[in-house]
Amino acid sequence: MDPENLRYTKEHEWVRVEGDTGTIGITFHAQKELGDIVYVDLPKQGAVVQQGKTIGSVESVKAVSDIYTPVSGEVVEVNGSLVESPEILNKDPYGSGWLVKIKLSEPGEAGQLLTAAEYQAYVGTESS
Amino acid sequence: MIKKVRPHPTQNEALLFETSSPGKAGYQLPELDVPAVDPAEALGAEHVREEIPDFPEVSEVDVIRHFTRLSTWNYAIDLGLYPLGSCTMKYNPRVNEAVARTEGLMWIHPYQPDALSQGAFAILADLEKALAEITGMDAVTLQPAAGAHGELTGILLVRAALEAQGNARKRVIVPDSAHGTNPASVRMAGYEVVNVASNDRGMLDVDALARMVDEDIAAIMITNPNTLGVFEEHIAEVARILHSKGALVYMDGANMNALAGISRPGDYGVDLMHLNLHKTFSTPHGGGGPGSGPVAVKKPIEPFLPLPRLQHAPSGWSWNYDRPQSMGRVRAFYGNFGVLVRALAYIMAHGGDGLKRATLDALLNANYLRKLLESHYEIAYHAPSMHECVFRHASTGAIAKRLIDYGFHPYTVSFPLIVHGAMMIEPTETESKQELDLFADALISIAQEVEENPEVVLAAPHSTRTTKVDEVAAARKPILKWRG
Amino acid sequence: MLDTIGVSSLEDLYAHLPEDVRFHGALNIPFGKSEYEIVDYFRARGGENANQHANFLGAGVYHHYRPVLVDAVVSRGEFLTSYTPYQAEISQGTLTAIFEFQTMICQLTGMDVANASMYDGSTAMPEAAMMAMRIAGRNNIAVARTVHPEYREVLGTYTRHQGVPVKEFEYDPESGQVDVESLAQVLDETTAAVIIQSPNFFGVVEDSKQIAEMAHAKGALLVYVFTEAVSLGLLEPPRDADIVAGELQSFAIAPSYGGPFAGILACKEKYVRQLPGRLVGETKDANGNRAFCLTLATREQHIRREKATSNICTNQALIALMATVFMALYGKQGLRELAGQNLAKAHYLGERLWRRFNGPYFNEFVAATGVQSAEEINRRLLGFQIVGGLPLDRFYPELGNSVLLCCTEMASRADMDAVAEAFGA
Repeated sequence: MDPENLRYTKEHEWVRVEGDTGTIGITFHAQKELGDIVYVDLPKQGAVVQQGKTIGSVESVKAVSDIYTPVSGEVVEVNGSLVESPEILNKDPYGSGWLVKIKLSEPGEAGQLLTAAEYQAYVGTESS
Repeated sequence: MIKKVRPHPTQNEALLFETSSPGKAGYQLPELDVPAVDPAEALGAEHVREEIPDFPEVSEVDVIRHFTRLSTWNYAIDLGLYPLGSCTMKYNPRVNEAVARTEGLMWIHPYQPDALSQGAFAILADLEKALAEITGMDAVTLQPAAGAHGELTGILLVRAALEAQGNARKRVIVPDSAHGTNPASVRMAGYEVVNVASNDRGMLDVDALARMVDEDIAAIMITNPNTLGVFEEHIAEVARILHSKGALVYMDGANMNALAGISRPGDYGVDLMHLNLHKTFSTPHGGGGPGSGPVAVKKPIEPFLPLPRLQHAPSGWSWNYDRPQSMGRVRAFYGNFGVLVRALAYIMAHGGDGLKRATLDALLNANYLRKLLESHYEIAYHAPSMHECVFRHASTGAIAKRLIDYGFHPYTVSFPLIVHGAMMIEPTETESKQELDLFADALISIAQEVEENPEVVLAAPHSTRTTKVDEVAAARKPILKWRG
Repeated sequence: MLDTIGVSSLEDLYAHLPEDVRFHGALNIPFGKSEYEIVDYFRARGGENANQHANFLGAGVYHHYRPVLVDAVVSRGEFLTSYTPYQAEISQGTLTAIFEFQTMICQLTGMDVANASMYDGSTAMPEAAMMAMRIAGRNNIAVARTVHPEYREVLGTYTRHQGVPVKEFEYDPESGQVDVESLAQVLDETTAAVIIQSPNFFGVVEDSKQIAEMAHAKGALLVYVFTEAVSLGLLEPPRDADIVAGELQSFAIAPSYGGPFAGILACKEKYVRQLPGRLVGETKDANGNRAFCLTLATREQHIRREKATSNICTNQALIALMATVFMALYGKQGLRELAGQNLAKAHYLGERLWRRFNGPYFNEFVAATGVQSAEEINRRLLGFQIVGGLPLDRFYPELGNSVLLCCTEMASRADMDAVAEAFGA
């Protein structure tokens, strides 16, 4: 269920690299653990972010989870529809529920992240 | 079987703004005995407002009916057992309310001359003395307005005391079983939080702690009994470890109702602690306040207590503002005096002996419930319980809601965080055996329903005038005021 | 019950406590008293305080009449003895009342959002300052010297340990209002918030519009503080402010030697996620009926722990309920009339005395004592069962022979005449 063409982090984010741009989101597992998402706090367009640092947060009614960017670079696009309809994150975490697009400053970073298989194995051990 | 309640109709009631009609009013003012003043002239027209848009216009009868109807939609201690773990929902004696409304206590101004406030001073002094005696401490400040405010005061006292020695240090250790306010208070005092895990007995891991303490640690903030209702048996050893590195021991005294009369933190190395008068000392919770969070300290910390302090001379009581080492104020004036009056009334009604008896009864009730429920629910930790017990169940949230149908307020759900599916139950000493038995019967009956008819439990509550509330919608599109 | 547990005595229930932590003595607290003795003790203590005195003290605590209905409502056990309304299904009474409270605070202050109340005004103010720091991403506070001195002390305690510099700016010695030049000197691009109080500690109404413009021009927020809530019955609400922090003691909350009171914190809509404290929101239940619940809880300490907006946990629900009943009873017309009476009384006395400041005032003002000392005047007034005003040199050394006087609707003409006479007017 976790798409093969994405890379993943242990903090449950994913990144899809296309050219010099990385699209970032949270995984199916992350949204399921949080439950109904009610609010998404995202960085502003133009923000320069660094791999592994907090760039925002995702909230359910009774929990809040930081978003750590899997890649470094400049935020070039923010998914504004999440402000009005945060439930998109629950419905389509790998599609219309993407969070931000980042112009990569360290293109090599993504390759070092988890593959779908590695991530699934990690989630398996974490939940057991 | 549901024994305690059966449904009865409740009144519907609109919001005040919806029942308003122009010209209605519920007040009367005396005729003005001085010349009226034109606001625009006195204040400047630009400073005078138009009418307050949509402000209520209702009669006195409207007001009393409105709030009486609303009140019937609440559960309360006056209606029955309120087993919220860690919240200590005990009976609130009405004599406390009566004495707090004594004319000469209710209408005194904090800035009136000290000579005209001697009765207030005497009350404050009596309460400070009693709280010091109960905790085994040397001095008490009554200024903090609530438990969390007491925590902040306490950690700021740690900072002031260490700073006076030349180094405020950097971090405060907080066990993972702590109240959420603890880490937040630590941050507000400018310290970093270091978490320490509990062991498999639900107690602090002393070896792990010993490895953690160094010259950067300012203090440990330890709740005892902890949020599992378990006494930290190694607390004296914990104090020795902290003290050997020059750090202090702060105790969150939210659960002092398990200790009053049988164990005094000041006797075994605790340097300072706060108390929640709205828990241990029976002042009413009032739907979420007011509280009061006095901080009791050992002698070395006394010079740093908030301004002002009580002082006594042959001429009488007065306030002392000349305290150069004080950490400063945490609140204007002297604290929640009205709450302090109620707490002293409670202490007077019990006496030393009675306070101990109340503690033992709280232990008795908690352990009695634990015994009745142990064969139906899984206890989270096998260590002996003090004033509350924590079970675990995957459906803790649903079971809690189902309790409402049985006529009880739910227990504390999903806390402490270290217990997955926590059901935290604190009956307090003011419940009778009959009420405890009814409560245990209800939980046992629900355990059976979970097995045989889980849908009934999952969809609960069924008998309330308001059914399950959509908290997700409330958070996604917040409506925080009436919009007409 | 002991048999069920399997122990033989109550003492056995804590036999597992190590010897070194057990208390073997008896608490040195006198034997439990009967209800009669308790009532008697507190009646006696009350008798040792000022009783039946007329009172001209204000300075953050005001003598206003408390309608009887207020205690009738808050004495109901369903309000008095319930917990924080986490279980919405059986807490709709408290939740609905808080929602009405939030609404009325918005109507009064002109803000978009108000929380469910704070401990009091003096703690609401530093919470507002910290909130402004989070919003502005800046680390400096500028506060007027005309803000209540004890509020400023609390602000100092809260900020000192977080390394937050607080700069004070002066008042104009003629008007008693903020000295805008002094403000301009402390205000710069690092200022997170400018804090003013209106009516200020001297009872003088500030020109908040001008101060807001100055603050906003530098990218700082304006925090507007009030201690006399009745003033909002007449005064233009602080619409130019970004955050309003205030004290509701005037709304049927007894002076009670300084507490418990109820503070408020209100702000513009866009800052709601930085607002500390509890919030009640409207929603629906499973049957589609209107219902209320605590919401946006992720800002709070029990979820966000050390990253929370504040450590604040309780609000002052029961005290806020007193204020809610008060606002409902007085309503649109009554609050204005009440404020009008306060204005008239204060001006009746104020215009007869030598006032230090010529700025517009509501129900408090600073009077110069002339050749007499403030203490002499107050001693004389006590002979008439009158508690005089507050000598100001305690907080403002430069204001010797100055007294802060307050006249509410409870000040009688005869008592005010006696005060005027004591001042030699």
